[in-house]
Amino acid sequence: MRPASEAELVEAVRGATGPLRIVGGGTRTIGRGVAGAVLETAGLAGIRGFDPGALTLVVGAGTALAEVEAVLAREGQRLPFEVPDLRGLLGRSGISTLGGVVAANAAGPRRVQAGACRDSLIGVRFVDGAGNLVKSGGRVMKNVTGLDLVKLLAGSHGTLGVISEVAFKLRPAPEAVATLVLAGLDDAAAVAAMARALGAPYEVSGAAHWPGQGTFLRIEGFATSVAYRAGRLRERLGGEIEDGGARWAGIRDVVPFHGRAGDVWRLSVRPSDAPGIVARAGAEAALYDWGGGLVWLLLAEGVDLRARLGAMAGHATLMRASAATLARIAAFQPEPAPLVALAAGLRDRFDPRRILNPGVMA
Amino acid sequence: MEMPTPNSAILGRKALIVARLRAVLPGDAVVDDPAETRAYECDALSAYRCPPLCAVLPRTTAEVAAVLRICHDLGVPVVPRGAGTSLSGGALPTADCVLLGVARLNAVLEVSYPDRFIRVQAGRTNLSVTGAIEADGFFYAPDPSSQLACAIAGNIAMNSGGAHCLKYGVTTNNLLGVTLVLMDGTVVEIGGPHLDAPGLDLLGLICGSEGQLGVVTEATLRILPKPEGARPVVIGFDANAVAGACVADIIKAGILPVAIEFMDRPCIRATEAFAHPGYPDCEALLIVEVEGAPAEIDDQLARIAEIARRHHPVELRESRSDEESRRIWLGRKSAFGAMGQINDYICLDGVIPVPSLAQVLARIAAMATAAGLAVANVFHAGDGNLHPLILYDASQPDELARAEALGAAILTLCVEVGGCLTGEHGVGVEKRDLMAVQFAAADLAAQMAVKDVFDPGWLLNPAKVFPLALSAGRRAA
Repeated sequence: MRPASEAELVEAVRGATGPLRIVGGGTRTIGRGVAGAVLETAGLAGIRGFDPGALTLVVGAGTALAEVEAVLAREGQRLPFEVPDLRGLLGRSGISTLGGVVAANAAGPRRVQAGACRDSLIGVRFVDGAGNLVKSGGRVMKNVTGLDLVKLLAGSHGTLGVISEVAFKLRPAPEAVATLVLAGLDDAAAVAAMARALGAPYEVSGAAHWPGQGTFLRIEGFATSVAYRAGRLRERLGGEIEDGGARWAGIRDVVPFHGRAGDVWRLSVRPSDAPGIVARAGAEAALYDWGGGLVWLLLAEGVDLRARLGAMAGHATLMRASAATLARIAAFQPEPAPLVALAAGLRDRFDPRRILNPGVMA
Repeated sequence: MEMPTPNSAILGRKALIVARLRAVLPGDAVVDDPAETRAYECDALSAYRCPPLCAVLPRTTAEVAAVLRICHDLGVPVVPRGAGTSLSGGALPTADCVLLGVARLNAVLEVSYPDRFIRVQAGRTNLSVTGAIEADGFFYAPDPSSQLACAIAGNIAMNSGGAHCLKYGVTTNNLLGVTLVLMDGTVVEIGGPHLDAPGLDLLGLICGSEGQLGVVTEATLRILPKPEGARPVVIGFDANAVAGACVADIIKAGILPVAIEFMDRPCIRATEAFAHPGYPDCEALLIVEVEGAPAEIDDQLARIAEIARRHHPVELRESRSDEESRRIWLGRKSAFGAMGQINDYICLDGVIPVPSLAQVLARIAAMATAAGLAVANVFHAGDGNLHPLILYDASQPDELARAEALGAAILTLCVEVGGCLTGEHGVGVEKRDLMAVQFAAADLAAQMAVKDVFDPGWLLNPAKVFPLALSAGRRAA
C-alpha cells in the first residue's frame, strides 16, 4: 500500500486486517522484522511550508531527506540535529524520509548542542492504529498547548501511529567550521578532554573520539567567532586546528564500522562512565560521540552486551544483528516494570489491535 | 470560568482524610485550618480563588508517595503546586482536593560538571538552580520572568520558556530525567544523566503535562557553561510592521541572537514611566541580545545594526556598559509590573508564525478598540510568542468578563493564523475551554487517552487542560 493522501492513509489503516509494516525509506529500521502488509509513506511527500524568516519547516512524512536538505541549504538553513545516514552501517539502500527520521528520533554529533530530532520537532500529524487522524503541536516554535504527543511519536518507530506530516524548527547554517584535533589520547583522557571542551563557553557542536585516530572538537559559526573559539580551545587543550568539518560525516555515519562483520550496539550513557563501559564490553571497535554520551560498539556476533555490562546508567540498543540474534536479544533496552506497564497502556490506546509494526520495539 | 461542583461526600470525610494524612506526615506538613488553607487558594491567576480541603507539604519522595496512595485509596482529587506562580490557574485548587505543595522539596542532590547536569528536588526555585552552580561558571538555561520565585516542578509541568529560549530551548530541551510519583503512589525513574529514551519518550510526555500525569519530585537538568559575556542593543521603529520585518531579516541573515524582545508603544511608555530604562519613545522597540567574547559581540551587533539600518530605525543604541545592559533588561522584566501600576490586566500567551506579526498586532489593536479596552504588547519576537496584556478595572462589574472575551478572541486569532493558544504559560483553567479551537475531537481524545493510562481515576489536577464537557464522564468515574 502506498497512500497518496492522509485520507487514503486513514482508509489503509482502517481497512487493515492484520499487521502492517510501516516503511519510509527503510534506511534506518531496526529491531525484529515485521511479517505484515507493507505500508509505504513515500506518497505523502512534499514541502508544505518553509519560512526562512520564522526558522520553521512543514513537510509530508514521505519527503526525501536529501530534497529537504537541499531546499534548506539554498536559504542558508538546516535541520539542527545532523541526521545520520545509516545505510552504510546497516547495509541498506533506499531513500531516507523525514517521517523515518522522526520515527527513529535520529541525531548526529550536534546532539550535544542542538538536541535530537525530538527537540526540533514542533508538530506532527499521524494516523493511529484505529485509523484516527490525530495532530499535535503545530508549526510555531513555542507551543505548550495540551499534552506533548509530538515527543511521544518521535522515536516510536512506527508503533503508535503512522506519521503523515512533520514540522521542525530550523537553525542557520554556519558561515565557518573548524575542528580541533587532539592526538594520542587514551579513552579516559579523551573523554576528560571532551568534558573540558563542552564545559567551556565556546559552544562546541561536536565532541568525538575515534580510538587510534584522534579526538575531535567542532566549532561552528561566524568566521571571526570560529577562529577565536578554536584558538581558545587549543590554548586549553593543545592539538591542531583543521579548517572545515569534513570528517564529521564519517563520525555521524559510523564509518569506522562499515564493511566489518559483527553486531553493532549503540549506547547512551553518562559520559564519564563511557571509558569504563567500553573497557568492560570487550568490543572489537568503539567510537565515542556526544563527548562520551554516545558510544558505538562493534561486537562479536550474538553477544548479549547487556548481560556482560550489568547495571548501568543509560541504555544499549542493538542496531545491527542477525535475525537469530534479534530473536534472542531484544533490540531495545528492557525497562523497569512500571515503565513497561505505562508503555503497554499507551500502546493499548494508540494501537488497540497491535497492528502497527508489532513487536518492533519489544 | 466554571469549576465542577465539589464532591460533598469528600467534603464530609475531611476529618478522616486529614487523619490519614497526619498518620504518614510530620505534624507541620498537613494544613487543614481554613485560616491557613487560604494561603493556597490561588496562584498568579488570582482572579480565581478556592481554598483546598487541606494542604500537604511533604519533604521527600516517599512522603509524596504516601500522600498519593492515601488519596488514591480514598478517591480524593490532588492538585499539585510548585511555587504557585502559574498564570493559567494550573495550581488552582478545588474545594474537595488535597493541595500537594512541593516547595519543601528544595535540596540539590548531585552536581556533575564533567557530565553537565544537576539533580535537584523539584520544589527548588529556578534561579536557585543556577545559584548553586554559577560560581563554577555554569547556568540552567530556561529563564521564565518569574524565575526568582517559580519552582522547577512548575517549570516542568508547564514546559516553561523565557526570554533566552530562542537559543537554548524551553524546559523540555533541558530536562534529562525525573523521579515521578504516579497517582497510585508508584515511584518511577524516567531518564537520567544520559540522553534520550530507551523506549517510548515518556519524559517528553511528562514535561508540559500540567500535573495531569504524576507528581515530579526530583529532576535531572542539563547545565551549560556561562557565555563569556552578553550585550543587548535597543532598536526603535516608527511602526510595528517595520520592527517585525527587521526581526525576520535578522533571522534570515543567519544570526541567532539569544533573545529578541518586542514592546509596543503602550508598553514602552508604561515601562519608561515605571522603571526609567531610557527607552526611545517610538511605536515599536526591539531588544536584541547576543553572547560571546567582546569581539564576537561587536561582530554580531555590527551585522544586526547593518540590517536594522535598512529599516530606518528612529533609534539604535548598543549598550556600552554592564549598568546600561542591566537597565535595558530591567525595563523589559518590569513590563508586567509597570502595566499593573496602570490597571488590572490579563496576560495572554498566544503564539503566531513570525511573518504574521504585523498583521496580527493590527488586528489586536482593532479588536481592543471595538471592545473598548486597552491592550499593550510585550513579547518574545524571535519565536512569535505574544504576550498581549489586556487592561481592565476589576472594580467595574463587567470588565473582567469583557477582558476575558477579548482574550479568547485574540487567542482564537492566533490559532487562525497558524499559531497556538499558549507558548509557555500552559492551558490550566484559563484556556481549557478554548482547546476545541485548536484541536479536533480526535486530537483531544488522544491526549485524554494518555491521561487515562497514567491516572485512570482522573484524580490528578482535575478540571484543567481539557474542556469540562469532554472530561465530565471520566472525572465522575
